[in-house]
Amino acid sequence: MQLFSCPFCGPRDETEFTFGGEAGKERPEPAPDVSAEDWSKYLHRVGNPRGRTREIWVHHTCGEYFLMERDTVSHVVAGTQSLRGGGA
Amino acid sequence: MTSHRIGSLAAETLHFTFDGTRYHGRPGDTIASALLANGVRVVGRSFKYHRPRGIMGYGVEEPNALVDVTLNGITTPNLRATTEALVDGMIVRSVNASPTAADDRKGFLDRFAQFLPAGFYYKTFIWPDWHRFEPSIRAMAGLGRLDPRNQPPAQNPQIAAHCDVLVIGGGPAGLHAAQQAMGEGKSVMLVDDQPVIGGSLLSRSAEIDGKPGLEWAATVSADLQANGHRVLTDTTAYGIYDHNLVALWQRRAGQSDAQWRVRAKEIVLAAGAIERPLIFPDNDRPGVMLADAALSYLARHKVLVGRRIVLATNNDRAYPVADALRRAGAAVTIADLRPQASDGALASAKIEAVHGPKGVEAVTISGQRIAADSLLMAGGLTPSVHLYCQAGGKLTYDETIAAFVPRDDLPGIRVVGAAAGQYALTEILSLGGEPHPYAIAPAWPQRDAKGRQWVDFQNDVTVKDIALAERENFRSVEHLKRYTTLGMATDQGKTSNMNGLATMAALTGQTIPQTGTTTYRPPFVPVPFGVVAGRRRGEFFNPVRRLVLEREHRDAGAVFREYGGWLRPAWFGGANAAANIRREAIAARTTVGILDGSPLGKIEVIGADAGALVDYNSYNTLSNLKPSRIRYGFMLTESGVIYDDGVTSKISDEHYVVSCSSGHVAGVVARLEEWRQDRFDPARVFVHNSTPQWATLTASGPNSKALVAALGLGVDLDDAALPHMAFADGQFQAAPARVSRVSFTGDRSYEIAVPSAKAASLLAAMQEAGKPLDAVLMGSEALLLLRAEKGYVIAGKDTDGTTMPQDLGIIGPMQKRQNEYVGRRSLLTDNAQRPDRSHFVGLTVEGDTTLPVGAHGVETLNSKRRSIGFVTSSYDSPTLNRPIALGLIERGMERKGEVIDLVHLGQTFRARIAEPCAFDPEGARLNA
Ligand SMILES: [Zn+2]
Repeated sequence: MQLFSCPFCGPRDETEFTFGGEAGKERPEPAPDVSAEDWSKYLHRVGNPRGRTREIWVHHTCGEYFLMERDTVSHVVAGTQSLRGGGA
Repeated sequence: MTSHRIGSLAAETLHFTFDGTRYHGRPGDTIASALLANGVRVVGRSFKYHRPRGIMGYGVEEPNALVDVTLNGITTPNLRATTEALVDGMIVRSVNASPTAADDRKGFLDRFAQFLPAGFYYKTFIWPDWHRFEPSIRAMAGLGRLDPRNQPPAQNPQIAAHCDVLVIGGGPAGLHAAQQAMGEGKSVMLVDDQPVIGGSLLSRSAEIDGKPGLEWAATVSADLQANGHRVLTDTTAYGIYDHNLVALWQRRAGQSDAQWRVRAKEIVLAAGAIERPLIFPDNDRPGVMLADAALSYLARHKVLVGRRIVLATNNDRAYPVADALRRAGAAVTIADLRPQASDGALASAKIEAVHGPKGVEAVTISGQRIAADSLLMAGGLTPSVHLYCQAGGKLTYDETIAAFVPRDDLPGIRVVGAAAGQYALTEILSLGGEPHPYAIAPAWPQRDAKGRQWVDFQNDVTVKDIALAERENFRSVEHLKRYTTLGMATDQGKTSNMNGLATMAALTGQTIPQTGTTTYRPPFVPVPFGVVAGRRRGEFFNPVRRLVLEREHRDAGAVFREYGGWLRPAWFGGANAAANIRREAIAARTTVGILDGSPLGKIEVIGADAGALVDYNSYNTLSNLKPSRIRYGFMLTESGVIYDDGVTSKISDEHYVVSCSSGHVAGVVARLEEWRQDRFDPARVFVHNSTPQWATLTASGPNSKALVAALGLGVDLDDAALPHMAFADGQFQAAPARVSRVSFTGDRSYEIAVPSAKAASLLAAMQEAGKPLDAVLMGSEALLLLRAEKGYVIAGKDTDGTTMPQDLGIIGPMQKRQNEYVGRRSLLTDNAQRPDRSHFVGLTVEGDTTLPVGAHGVETLNSKRRSIGFVTSSYDSPTLNRPIALGLIERGMERKGEVIDLVHLGQTFRARIAEPCAFDPEGARLNA
């Protein structure tokens, strides 16, 4: 069981977290202007990189989504970061 | 008797039986030490050949002595006699032997051994089908007997702990590391799988810090505990997981075993080493034992394993063992396999034969037959690197000690002592001085091995089997393992893997490091499933959510079922389900039914952007509602599929309450929260799940208005003031009460939400007010039936993972909405616009047979039958006095009026495709 560090709560067991998605993925819109290819990419295409990755996770206990950089091979967590700008 | 207890027998106070014979043992015994104390030699039969086997080891490495143990009427199979503490009254039986280990009916199998080589089953039972042979082969080979009464209660605690340093192994190396860590001010946890701390000091004498070894160990252990550090005995570290998490299995006398999950900043692995057997003909005879094991039985249980002992060795560690055995009164002949031997030992000894099928009688050494009752093997040590390798550690082969040792420390993991290949106390304790002599000369099996020489004792793998695997090109250690089953038994090859891979190396001409090891995986020892599962069993496996009014419903005769994770009344009035559901449904259509709808979601969305968030989350626009009004709608996934349906109430421009279905509350809260943080300014909108704070009781039916009026909630119930799909706030017993006119039955309905603490009073008041109105309590089944008469969909029951709103004929928002919402683009794809999509329809049965849910609609094209959809809901309608059904049928909306065939488990039905709503299509009853 991995140990993730919620930027708000500190280190917690991975069972308290859920994967939210790749970081930096933009939802293409408005819908009528989005090609089928772009929408399909948004829905289904994921990088699934080997090694360093940037991901969005949510900590259920506090409900916050945050950015996590980790390594998919070694499982080393390089760091986590709040998504809230301006220290909110 | 050969093996026996030395000294006084006064302490033999524990009674037990083995294969039906009564014996005595003493506190502190394991089953194995007690059997040896009583001179029992044959304790089991081997897995494949049913060869008589005796106790070979002392601890977790034991391959032979597996037993079924019955205690207090409950039998636990396949316990190792060497690790199981003796308890008074135990009934111990050998496994794989019938009637007893000493007289096993299947012993004849051994004479057919030449016909049962490695891979025999793979090769022989291919035709016509392995499954034809499987039952009899399994019955013949099986280990242990399962006891169906062995259902221990879910009482295994799971304890989370953390520390700076977790030391695994309480021998000198572990104790030394723990002492150092404590001196550095770190928090320490020390665990050991034995009942007493000390490791090798329990059987080998030493002097440390001017004290006898065991006394030093006890002092360190006491010091640790006195300083607030944890010391756990009888505790096995069986798995190491990501980020320095270690799983421990703790055996607790008189209590259920516990699992510990320890997160340590640093792990010190001081797990010691396990002695290897030597490989020679008939090395599996009862009475052939590891030298270290014999020493432990003597030092810890005063059990001498024989009177005339041959001790075969390839290293110096065996000599102190011989001294100890001699001091205890045994005659010991040392057969040293090395050319140089001391102390009158036989040099360049070759073990050529072991005589005595049911126990060693003599040993032929280099042509000379020597009478003996025991043969001890000292084949050198194999460091216990299991946990290190589980954590991803890589091994390196150390020629000087003929063993694989850890190559590097891992981040946060250090290996010390014998587990790291350090066998000398001077080295372990950094004392300096001469290292203790070990001087091993490996004696690996050779290609020209004569006779049957066992490598894996539990799975009956011999040198010849490995040679066969090599000839048939199963040379990689991983292939060798699977082809011969070497190392795959319950002991996981603790005594056999090293000899097995060395044999393969000798056969292929490769070096041992070139041959490599198999993968180490948790658990290190067999761990009871109950320990892993902990309390997550039975009703705790996936606990149901419970209503505030459960007791009141139970008292009123409710029969409970699970709906969407909630335990809810299915119907009231006892066992006759159909009659009671019918009675409730009829009453709700003719008078009034009272239903507990508390699990329905009540998710508050509050703030300046509340309207924008609920709109984005919904297929239908909600923000243009007037305050105090309610709207029905769908939530879609980004794939455009209906995720949930429900109603949303608008309290004000900055406050909405989303009422989703009860099973989807957590999911809807999660998606609202995700979009709130991802797309909106989280400071301008908040999501709060208030479902558990409120109880909701619904009155539905023609008499519902009169019932609610009698409650005196201070709400104007005039239909002009409170029309269908509107709500008003009143008071019930000085608490807030919200009255909402929404209907899932198609009849006039009022949902009354009060704080949960007021639920019981409200129910009582409604029942009292309902008496003159012929009110009934109604369960979920009647509600499900009534809504089906109306063709109201249940998301996930009447829809599947492809159903979009247009499949229900609801296309307004898709065509008209100009702003973004979840799933919007997916409604416009080619697939979403296909004309042959499955539509939600009603099915009017021809005849009076109720359609089975799941029955498939079929059509025959070019004499090929294919499915055109299926039945999703089906009931016998008491209102209409005929069967009704709902389903998803291809092009259903265009085919209304068409009669289709349906099939289910060989039965055929016919039904006409119809509107989903079978009752009151104009909706007049909502205001009746
Ligand atoms: Zn958190």
